[in-house]
Amino acid sequence: MSNIKKIKDDYIDKLNTENNIEKVNNIKSELFGKNGIISNEFKKLGSISVEERKKLASDLNNIKDELQNKISIKIQEIETKEINLKLEKEKIDVTLPERNIEIGKIHPVSQVIDEISSIFSEIGFSVEEGPDVENEYNNFTALNTPDNHPARDMHDTFYLDNNKELLLRTHTSPVQVRTMLKGKPPFKIIAPGRTYRSDSDQTHAPMFHQVEGLHIDKNINMGHLKGCLNYFIKEFFEVDKIKMRFRPSHFPFTEPSAEVDIGYEIKNGKIVIGEGNKWLEILGCGMVHPNVLKNVNVNPSKYQGYAFGIGIDRLGMLKYGINDLRAFFETDYRWLSHFGFDPLDVPSNYRGLSR
Amino acid sequence: MKFTVDWLKNHLDTKFNNNQIIDKLTNIGLEVESFESSTSELDTFIVAKIINAKTHPNADRLKLCDVDIGSDKTIEVVCGAPNAKNGLLTVYAPPGSIIPKNQMKLSVSKIRGVTSYGMLCSESELLLSNESDGIIELKNNKYANKIGEKYFKNTSEKVIDLSITPNRPDCLGVRGIARDLFAAGAGKLKINKKSNLKFKGNQNINVTIKKEKVQGCTTFGSCLIKGVTNKESPKWLKDKILSLGQKPISAIVDITNYVMFDLNRPLHAYDADKIDNEIIVRSSSKGESFEALDNKKYILENDMCVISDRSGVLGLGGIIGGTRSGTEYSTKNILLESAYFLPRSIRKTSKELNIDTDAKFRFERGIDPLSIEEGLIKASELIKQICGGEISNLDVKKIENYKKTIINFDPFLFEKTTGFNVENIELIKILKKLGFNVSKNKKILKLAIPSWRPDITQPIDIVEEIVRIKGYEHINTSEPIKTRLKPTLNYYQKLFHFLQRSVASKGYLETVTWSFTDSKINQLFKENDEEILIVNPISSDLNVLRNSIFPNLLFYLKKNLDRGFKDISLFEIGPAFKGKNPGDQLTVIGAVRSGKVSRLSWNDKERIVDTFDVKKDVIQSLCEAGINKNDIIIDDRTPSYYHPGKSGGVYQNKNEKNAIAYFGEIHPNIIKKLDIKTEGLVIFEICLDYIRASKQKIKDSKSEYKFSDFQKSERDFAFILNKNFKSQELVNIIKSVDNKLIKSVRVFDVFEGENIPEGKKSIAVNVTIQSEEKTLNENDLDNINKLIISSVESRSGAKIRS
Repeated sequence: MSNIKKIKDDYIDKLNTENNIEKVNNIKSELFGKNGIISNEFKKLGSISVEERKKLASDLNNIKDELQNKISIKIQEIETKEINLKLEKEKIDVTLPERNIEIGKIHPVSQVIDEISSIFSEIGFSVEEGPDVENEYNNFTALNTPDNHPARDMHDTFYLDNNKELLLRTHTSPVQVRTMLKGKPPFKIIAPGRTYRSDSDQTHAPMFHQVEGLHIDKNINMGHLKGCLNYFIKEFFEVDKIKMRFRPSHFPFTEPSAEVDIGYEIKNGKIVIGEGNKWLEILGCGMVHPNVLKNVNVNPSKYQGYAFGIGIDRLGMLKYGINDLRAFFETDYRWLSHFGFDPLDVPSNYRGLSR
Repeated sequence: MKFTVDWLKNHLDTKFNNNQIIDKLTNIGLEVESFESSTSELDTFIVAKIINAKTHPNADRLKLCDVDIGSDKTIEVVCGAPNAKNGLLTVYAPPGSIIPKNQMKLSVSKIRGVTSYGMLCSESELLLSNESDGIIELKNNKYANKIGEKYFKNTSEKVIDLSITPNRPDCLGVRGIARDLFAAGAGKLKINKKSNLKFKGNQNINVTIKKEKVQGCTTFGSCLIKGVTNKESPKWLKDKILSLGQKPISAIVDITNYVMFDLNRPLHAYDADKIDNEIIVRSSSKGESFEALDNKKYILENDMCVISDRSGVLGLGGIIGGTRSGTEYSTKNILLESAYFLPRSIRKTSKELNIDTDAKFRFERGIDPLSIEEGLIKASELIKQICGGEISNLDVKKIENYKKTIINFDPFLFEKTTGFNVENIELIKILKKLGFNVSKNKKILKLAIPSWRPDITQPIDIVEEIVRIKGYEHINTSEPIKTRLKPTLNYYQKLFHFLQRSVASKGYLETVTWSFTDSKINQLFKENDEEILIVNPISSDLNVLRNSIFPNLLFYLKKNLDRGFKDISLFEIGPAFKGKNPGDQLTVIGAVRSGKVSRLSWNDKERIVDTFDVKKDVIQSLCEAGINKNDIIIDDRTPSYYHPGKSGGVYQNKNEKNAIAYFGEIHPNIIKKLDIKTEGLVIFEICLDYIRASKQKIKDSKSEYKFSDFQKSERDFAFILNKNFKSQELVNIIKSVDNKLIKSVRVFDVFEGENIPEGKKSIAVNVTIQSEEKTLNENDLDNINKLIISSVESRSGAKIRS
């Protein structure tokens, strides 16, 4: 027995100083393999007396447990050490740059169009479109602007033929005409899109964007127009209070007509919307002229309603502090990166119009 | 329309102060553009200080002065004055100033080799005295802290500038503006004094309005004023003319202008002695010509309304007079004209000849046809008062009588339109103040429209009059009505939205470029489309509508490359035009990508962008927008601006004519022609209109969820094929062997060269096989493998690689 104890102590000592997993495994088979020392001791148990056997078996089991325990602890210890060593070796500099991120952007005009569409969608408007090339009738005549009307001079028109029959639409209002001609009242639409006028300077571009609005039903009056625009402006600029002024004006296709100004002030060189005592014109609107309704086969004694036209680029400039209209269309990579929007920034009511 | 408050007060008794008047004007629809002093030529002269006066390097008698003019930098002025010395306060005139003494305009000039910016002035040059020996010496105590300020005080009265909408010709005269203010409660309209002008004799120059097929004149009133002395206008009149921003000419011309701006009644004065016998108002014949008061010679077309005498055309009625019969200082006898010309005729003629005058502007919008006599009398009175003379009886020739417009107005229309109510009494009061004649027939108002309001033709016009005078602030702000008639966006609008954002999410910056482009670049991309010329382009390099988005995208790509950017991804979504008629346009996404992938990466190998980069972008975008990847076919038919061997089209159907997208390298010839310098350039385009609309909403089109838990097996095959054999075809052949069992086929290696015969290539594919009914055994798999090999070999001429 003492012999075994000695063996045990020797092995415990061995194991204590051993750091090689293979050698530990060798020890394991030396002890517990088919002809291992401990295995052989167990085999001997059969040849001794019952009394002795009991005692020896118990001792042997204790020794076995102790050694096995020691071995598994040792293996774990060595493995942990090895893993730690491996991990230490594998350590990388995580401050090195990631793989190239390519960040795309949505142009401010597109973003503003989506914001506008989202706001009007909330109050039941749907989106209509019309072609960029229009005929003279839809762009002017149907809109109560006959050929000899001086209001035509306000639109510097691009023409595609010498008879001035085909042109680039000077406003989005022809979409009103198209929408009403192809459908039956009521109508409740907005129509964002490109528009064209042949002037070009710091504040005018030969192409710009407008959104048209049209709501025709049996009892739509100027109060609804005011309410709709008041709602829109408040939502668009994301302010609680808005100073808004309706001012009489004239457009051939609406009567009565109005221009809408919003109050603003300059604070620290930045324009603040909704406060102050300066006025900024942002849109034109009015009640659709009975002549226009007649031209599109809508009975003006039964139906009436309002229309409006808003300059999209200008609205975007105001909201996002962009100074130069021309830069919208110059495709400067730096400008697009700076003023562009993340493609996931989809304006919506539940998630908020903008971040 | 410009005028001073003083001028307004000639017509309006008001207690309103200037700001109240300005607000009121805006509130009734007469928008105030500005309210400021008219600019004076003397405004540019400013107080300045000589900081340092040194001798001119090339001229002993000249000095070179550093002058402080109140801005952050001093400027250099060459000066010949002996008294120019350090610290002197004086008057400085910058380049562009007009020197009062000689009316010379200063420019930046070199004096003896040194550039001089402007001039230091003497009293004589400013017409302050005859002192011309040196420059002005300003007193230190008075001017020391006024450096940079105007030297001359601008004493001119503030001028109101209104932007008058085209429907309001009546407000192109001060009296009309006063009437509107009166109606809006801003004062009382003054009653015109009854004239006690004495007329003597007849107007003995015969006037005929000829009967014509097209006659632009309906009434021609005139009187003869004999024995006048034309001269410079008196100060009050000059000031009025100056406040309009116009130049005084002579008393007679100034008076006719004054009456035009006062009453909106254009007049014309002829030198009666230069008229050959008689006045004939007639239509022109093609080729007739005359020299107008703007010193230009006009050659006329048929049917333009002209005022002529026996010798020919004197002037264009209502637009511009001619030099032949113009008044001068020496003029003794005047024929004064006050006529009515039809707006349509005026507009047509002035457009054809491209003439714009104040008279034309007014006649085109519609002058009060009943103001003929009033205008003649007012102008005659002033002429008599200033120039003397004897006035003949008025002669008015007419070919048409003025008919009053009557409108029956139901006051209910007002509330129906505006949403608020105004009592009848108030409503009638407003209309009467505006000059309407109102009578009542039960509930209906019978309104006689004032002759100066050609814009009012129907009941809705009356609503506008009342609401604008009452004030738009009375209109309620109703809660928006939220009723929806149909969904906000249709299928294609949603597709637009999705594709726009999914392309951007692949790293592309969205841009918006003009719908027009340079025909020279456009023709590289127009394929078989017609060129759509703009008749009046903004510039010659934006002269056609774009047939494709790429001309502009590549133009701006080049600009950004020139700015030093290399790896650029840009896209635009917008119209491409296919013809010149409305609707001949497609909504297209065009995208370009240049440079390298993983440039200067510390861990990835950098490489030039290639066709498969854009192929991924385009396919992924299409998938994200809801197109099933299994429903698209790739083909190598592409437009000619693509590299013929490195580009592809995406089709939804095998034999479809139009691809929904193209991708690939751009043709090297185009890169060369456009002189684009970049390592790599690939592009793609998606045509939204060619994408077939899905008939089902997603809620109806989701198929039943099925999956198999039986073991799947993967097998690799390598085939030797003809070089031109398309991998897509190979994949399709393998899939068609057993659509149920073969779950996927992936190409994982393509190889040419060593060990592969000339003209051949090797394609290795990985095939996943799985049954939905059982675990396949070796035998089943072997059968499939054999079937795959034999199908491919027989249908493609391929050989399995062993």
